[in-house]
Amino acid sequence: MGRTVKGAKLCISSVRAELVEALSNLFASCAVSNQEQTYQIPDDLPLDSGQSLADAQIAYETYGTLNAARSNAILICHALTGDQYVASEHPLTGKPGWWERMVGPGKPIDTEHYHVICANVIGSCMGSTGPKSLAPDGKPYGMRFPVITIRDMVRGLVTLLDGLGIEKLHAIVGGSMGGMQALSLAANWPDRAARVLVIASTARHSAQNIAFHEVGRQAIMADPAWAGGDYYADAGNGPEAGLAVARMAAHITYLSEEGLTEKFGRRLQDRDTKSFGFDADFQIESYLRYQGSGFTQRFDANSYLYITRAMDYFDIAEEHGGKLADAFAQSTARFCLVSFDTDWLYPTAESRHVVHALNATSAKVSFVELSAAAGHDSFLLPHDQLDRVVGGFLNG
Amino acid sequence: MADLRFDLAVIARELNGNSGKRVLDVGCGDGALMAALRDQSGIDARGIEINSELVEKCVSRGLSVVQGDADTDLADYPDKAFDYTVLCQTLPTSTRPDRILDELLRVGERAFVSFANFAHWRTRSALMFGGKMPVTQALPVSWYATQNIHHVTVEDFCALAKEKGARIERRWFFSGGREIGTPGANWRAEFAMFELSGGLN
Repeated sequence: MGRTVKGAKLCISSVRAELVEALSNLFASCAVSNQEQTYQIPDDLPLDSGQSLADAQIAYETYGTLNAARSNAILICHALTGDQYVASEHPLTGKPGWWERMVGPGKPIDTEHYHVICANVIGSCMGSTGPKSLAPDGKPYGMRFPVITIRDMVRGLVTLLDGLGIEKLHAIVGGSMGGMQALSLAANWPDRAARVLVIASTARHSAQNIAFHEVGRQAIMADPAWAGGDYYADAGNGPEAGLAVARMAAHITYLSEEGLTEKFGRRLQDRDTKSFGFDADFQIESYLRYQGSGFTQRFDANSYLYITRAMDYFDIAEEHGGKLADAFAQSTARFCLVSFDTDWLYPTAESRHVVHALNATSAKVSFVELSAAAGHDSFLLPHDQLDRVVGGFLNG
Repeated sequence: MADLRFDLAVIARELNGNSGKRVLDVGCGDGALMAALRDQSGIDARGIEINSELVEKCVSRGLSVVQGDADTDLADYPDKAFDYTVLCQTLPTSTRPDRILDELLRVGERAFVSFANFAHWRTRSALMFGGKMPVTQALPVSWYATQNIHHVTVEDFCALAKEKGARIERRWFFSGGREIGTPGANWRAEFAMFELSGGLN
């Protein structure tokens, strides 16, 4: 059709009628070549908690063509609130893909050479099984959904690769929580990827990381509309206020002080003087409110609880007897880690910690700290040097 | 190999036929030596480089290079993780060259170290007759802008190696980008390179 990127939209069996309608309108109106892609995991998915997930499905998008040897696949893992729409329009917001500047024909992750797969993680809310999906009893899971880990998400992704007949990825790529998944795959399924690219990420959640997530979770759970997680019956009356606050707090951690000062400073929003009230006087307040409310349109509050929990539980060393180097002892992959100098969420020291462990196992590892003003979010923003590192690493 | 700087070309030549050996190039720049070692000799080469733009160049050549500081980050590598460590024209820029030498010989079985010889006759005469810090072909940057904070001579280096208990396996001297003989090297050589083993006194 009109675009060379071949996106594929999913259809979610458990989704509400209006969403289905919105999707079909989208299919009709946009010129992307669509193919509904949902993978039904054939067996119960075992989880780190000891529980398992029955009848789970994974919604995913693909771009570019898989070669005959099935050797040119790149799996891109999304971040906390990301989704499978890495390079195609988001069905709810109508916004372009979250990494469209990185993924596409002639771009650093070149879909003319590579078959790119991006899947929604389990626990999320964009078509893969999560707390808003229907449990076997026909009602949404809500808080009955089992607590999952990053490794559980990756276990789900591995079943998807099995289903697609992809034995070994050319590369697994991820920023932030996506980077955690890439590291988890390298540690637990060392034969499944030839290259591991980890951007602005970490091998463990720090006390500060957990603290910020806890603020977000408490904001959601303090919203009376959360109702113990059982709010799905009354569409549009969920814990939007709590979820928006959670997003606002988290959003601050994605930016740098330098970036905030540059973008907003102490400038006032649409007024010349302070209101001596509690309206959004400052531009930064208005911006955060906008981010918070926009987020609630596309994200499920319970998913936010579950995924932040999974990130907080993440500690690859702990999974491997306390020594990070042991986690990568079996790996023959080439690694590349990238950090940003203004990222205080997952600072350079966290990437170096991983590099140190990889050096100890003689793994082939590259590491570069890039300069960028925007903090953690820098990995999503235009950055020529990042483009060259990503393209160079994948093609090298 | 023709494009390699004279000291790197010697290393590439000497290590030819060592397929599968492991080399760590400390201060690897744009990765020219590593690429040559990999492509011509099948050597498993890794690098450390402080400049992010040079690291990026290395990564896009398919090389494994970690952005880091030779003064501090060699500590991250296990003992004898490499067959050879390489430190070319970087030693005088380090805060403690003696400690770097320790690390090179801890991390590698052997070490190649090259540097500009401050006792070359041109340097000596610039000081002697000009009374100024030398600006020569080998040391082209003014005293206030140079990254070299610890100038060294052939004699100084040999003394340091001896103090460290390191054995000098081989030595090469260069003038005008060509190898020259050993006699009078501390006067005649603009650059020197040593292959060391042992150490850790």
